[in-house]
Amino acid sequence: MGALGAVLAPFAEMAASPLFLAEVLIGGVAAGLLYALVALGFVLIFKASGVFNFAQGVMVLFAALTLVGLMDRGVPALLALALTIAVMILLAFAIERVVLRPLVNQAPIILFMATIGLTFFLEGFGEMVWGANVKRLDVGIPDTSFKVAGLLVNRLELAAALTAAVLVTVLAIFFQKTRIGRALRAVADDHEAALSIGIPLKTIWVVVWSVSGLVALAAGIMWGAKSGVQFSLSLIALKALPVLILGGFTSVPGAIVGGIMIGIGEKVAEVYWGPLVGGAIENWFAYVMALGFLLVRPQGLFGERIIERV
Amino acid sequence: MIYREAGQFKSTYASDQAIFPIPQDRVFVLLVAAVALLVPAVASEYWLQAVLIPVLVYAMAAIGLDLLTGYAGQLSLGTGGFMAVGAYSAFKLTTAFPDVNIIVVFLASGLVASAVGIVFGIPSLRIKGFYLAVATLAAQFFLVWLFNKVAWFVNYAPSGTITAPPRSVLGVMVTGPEATPGARYLVALILVAVFALAAKNLVRGRVGRTWMAIRDRDIAAEIIGVRPLSAKLSAFAVSSFYCGVAGAELVFLYLGSAETLAFDIQLSFLVLFMVIIGGLGSILGSFLGAAFILLLPIFLTNAPHAVGLKLPVALAKQLELMAFGALIVFFLIVEPHGLARLWQISKEKLRLWPFPH
Repeated sequence: MGALGAVLAPFAEMAASPLFLAEVLIGGVAAGLLYALVALGFVLIFKASGVFNFAQGVMVLFAALTLVGLMDRGVPALLALALTIAVMILLAFAIERVVLRPLVNQAPIILFMATIGLTFFLEGFGEMVWGANVKRLDVGIPDTSFKVAGLLVNRLELAAALTAAVLVTVLAIFFQKTRIGRALRAVADDHEAALSIGIPLKTIWVVVWSVSGLVALAAGIMWGAKSGVQFSLSLIALKALPVLILGGFTSVPGAIVGGIMIGIGEKVAEVYWGPLVGGAIENWFAYVMALGFLLVRPQGLFGERIIERV
Repeated sequence: MIYREAGQFKSTYASDQAIFPIPQDRVFVLLVAAVALLVPAVASEYWLQAVLIPVLVYAMAAIGLDLLTGYAGQLSLGTGGFMAVGAYSAFKLTTAFPDVNIIVVFLASGLVASAVGIVFGIPSLRIKGFYLAVATLAAQFFLVWLFNKVAWFVNYAPSGTITAPPRSVLGVMVTGPEATPGARYLVALILVAVFALAAKNLVRGRVGRTWMAIRDRDIAAEIIGVRPLSAKLSAFAVSSFYCGVAGAELVFLYLGSAETLAFDIQLSFLVLFMVIIGGLGSILGSFLGAAFILLLPIFLTNAPHAVGLKLPVALAKQLELMAFGALIVFFLIVEPHGLARLWQISKEKLRLWPFPH
């Protein structure tokens, strides 16, 4: 017994109260979907431009801040939403023109650094324009729970789940069926080949940064409604990284599945095994989980198989 | 004119392969060394404490990360974690063995960090690029969490902080509250000078060449007989050693006391910035990058005062953040190969001056 018993005891606990386990799982799925929404923005940009966009987290924050800031100034909700969308698209244009275009053909790590620079800039800018205090975002869905078959389900989490599902479906259709979606996939496949058959790279980049700006807005609304719009929001970008690893950098469904797996994994670990080692393992468990996973499958669950030639 | 090598003939291999093959460079380096040694006599306490000591300490960390990322091509975001290992093991070692020379303690804690680095370097055998970067984040978060949670590492101090105890070298106090900034500066200077020289020689030799072969094309390197296992793990070991020593210096020579918050993910990014702004794959660049990244915020804070602008504190902070981000992007666009490359270009220009070609 001893140490091994202590490590195995949580399984008995799970079996003893399946209802509690189910609630933990639901909480995990809800958290995971929010991670997935952030990861989705990463995947879109990485697919189309090979840029590892560290600024995705701060884009989530910036979108939420803009929306809340506008609503606080008395702009009606729908108009504020439209304006925020416009701002995110404008931001995509600006990033393409100022940051990406001069850095075309640079090593990936240089572009990665540039997006970290962008993170600093957007953080300062957002704070300057909208102020640094925590803001409440009211989306009209109460943060309360109702019972389904004896289980507590949070309305807000349910709404987040539905939003994520709708977004993924729309994006999947967008990627597979539309002209721009096909162009996006061509660019993701091979920049030069796409250019040579006349796909305008600049337009594609603006489109893809706009789309991930909108995904960031959706994520920002959901996170903001749950825990207030504040600067810790930009840190969830870091939580999206293990999600990416698990799902693969290039897969849209991977981001969703990876997000849910990470969400469930870290909630279960925190609730059942956390007390054994003093708690707060949520901070690093996701990374270790992703790391263990990478050793078995280096390209992630749904990532493209990495074939290397000399 | 002044920087011309006409008439300088190398008649032995040794003189041809010297680190500084041109006499002007040697004179320049000696001058810099002399100035650096004389600085404590003239510099104010503020300059030593707020600028020079941190630049030297961070330069040490930047050299460490540069060996791993710039020379061996393994992107790491775990620098803060490895620095924490160095700092906490230095604290544990020097409180357990108070009689051991503090320099020996620094080196020993570097070795501890090195061992931890090898463990977290193992995934690099399977994964590379950004996947590896995320994997090293596991090291960052796990190590910081560990030092935060296990009270043994801070000798059960209720505050959870580690404080540099007073220790002396050759009869001079170098750590603790009584140590003068000048003494701490000299220790940091000598350590970083010795280890920069060691790093420079390391990357010129067999080990450095295997690292660069792995960086440039790992599969090709493997085919010509470079063993990825030993090359990658040795890069992680040496890099973590430097980071560990830098972490120990950070607490013992610069901050005086610290908690785990000092080693969070921001520190990893800061060091990565230094390496990239300085120039990947250049030891000189690590120094330039460290100086640039540390001086930029000081400059940005003081610039509005200098021109007579009175900004509210919050606004000044936000503008500083924006300017910092914008300047990073600007520098990457102007010179993606970093400050070291600018230095090289200006040397090339000096060689031809006053002629254009």
